[in-house]
Amino acid sequence: MLIRRPDDIPSSSITPESVYLNRREFVGAAGALAMGALAVPSALAATSRDRQDLKPTSEDIVTSYNNFYEFGTGKDEPKDQAENFKTIPWTVKIEGMVKTPKTWDLQDLMTGLTIEDRVYRHRCVEAWSMVVPWRGVSMKSFVNKLEPMPSAKYVEFTTLFDPSRMPGQKTRALPWPYVEAYRMDEAQNPLAMMVTGLYGKTLPPQNGAPLRTVMPWKYGFKGCKSIVKIRFTDKQPKTTWNDVRADEYGFYGNVNPAVDHPRWSQAKERVIGGGLLNSKIATLPFNGYADQVASLYAGMDLRVNF
Amino acid sequence: MTNVAARPRGEQMVRRLVRPALWILAFLPIVTIGYSMLFTGLGANPVKEIEHLTGRWAMRFLAASLAVTPVIRLTGWGWLIPQRRFLGLTAFGWACAHLAVYLGLDSVFDISDIVEDVVKRTYITVGMLTFLLLVALALTSTKASIKRMGGKKWQRLHRLVYVAAVTATIHYLWAVKKDTFVPILYFGIFATLLGFRLLWRRGRPPAPARNANT
Repeated sequence: MLIRRPDDIPSSSITPESVYLNRREFVGAAGALAMGALAVPSALAATSRDRQDLKPTSEDIVTSYNNFYEFGTGKDEPKDQAENFKTIPWTVKIEGMVKTPKTWDLQDLMTGLTIEDRVYRHRCVEAWSMVVPWRGVSMKSFVNKLEPMPSAKYVEFTTLFDPSRMPGQKTRALPWPYVEAYRMDEAQNPLAMMVTGLYGKTLPPQNGAPLRTVMPWKYGFKGCKSIVKIRFTDKQPKTTWNDVRADEYGFYGNVNPAVDHPRWSQAKERVIGGGLLNSKIATLPFNGYADQVASLYAGMDLRVNF
Repeated sequence: MTNVAARPRGEQMVRRLVRPALWILAFLPIVTIGYSMLFTGLGANPVKEIEHLTGRWAMRFLAASLAVTPVIRLTGWGWLIPQRRFLGLTAFGWACAHLAVYLGLDSVFDISDIVEDVVKRTYITVGMLTFLLLVALALTSTKASIKRMGGKKWQRLHRLVYVAAVTATIHYLWAVKKDTFVPILYFGIFATLLGFRLLWRRGRPPAPARNANT
């Protein structure tokens, strides 16, 4: 597998290779404990508030603290409920304003695209955050392969709807299936990712297997998991949370400490895995990726287009 | 319906065991929360977890205290009356713990954050209001208070517990993102308990002074 780093992603948004190569240090508390005295430098790093310090959240937490209502509304439910979720075979239907609408086998869809490992901050609209080492392809290369028409302005992703395999869909927690969408220029930003893996392994079902989107400058709900349909369109699609509560969840869902959720503040976030006495840290505009994405929204009132 | 003269053995047993059982119940959350704190680390977000656990226990004890009077009406077990205050104070205790976790662990005593929350976040405003109501009820929960205020006035004041139940449930409902099942369930429980009382009030003439506490 080729691990490539595009030149247009600043190194600050990628974990230093040394940290990534030493990632096993971060896996599980047992390892950290075993490190004992040797772990002093990383213990110092753990208390650092430096936002450039992308210390991945432990794999155990990333795969057991999930908002994936298709497998239950509790954060600990998806891991159990998705345990036997089959992702092979998997097909993705491509439709709308695209040169050749067709249903792809997922493997064919990924063929020829460069798999990369990228460590991104992940900020939930519920004011908590993690740092996740994703594996996948750039959304830009993925979208280009599908050959959308120049007239397409939005790309829409739809999650599988199958209550027999996704028990959460037997409830009315959300209007199913889950739909998310981005503007084409957002989808083609170098940070946008189509993810198929996590921590250097195949993506676990509770994290959205076999295929999900990751937009690190947006709140987590803007990610679409277990994707079965991709549609290109020139009209802004109806997206799930925006449809449910438009006053609380905007179409853009960009991380913005200056625009509070109507019911809670977005100025700070709790870093998951920090323990009981870990206080919150300040949230950064566009989740710290303003340099790479702020220009997408130049001239827009972010209080209106939240 | 109930025959007070012939008290069955089951009732005697419940009567004897109810208070020790409630003491155990009141402190049970300390054991369960402490256990998970020590052995499972309370999951990925322990602050939120403790905040939610203490809040949920406060709700449960509040509902339990409100259920006492209807249970007495249905069973005729008038000796349950003191348990109502016990459960109410236990609810207050867990509400104190819930508030302490919010102030200390969640907000780390950041006064400007807390003030902003209380002023701007409606669910926190409502939560604080609930807490103030519970303080008023807890402070006047003593026998001395009943004597000082007079039964009628005291009872009128303590009907505020229903206001507290409603505001607590609103606080709960507005704090969750979308999983509103449990908060709505509490609305149902409180509405049923209140409904019982209203029905009894309408259906019966004012109870004779056989029991000062009904």
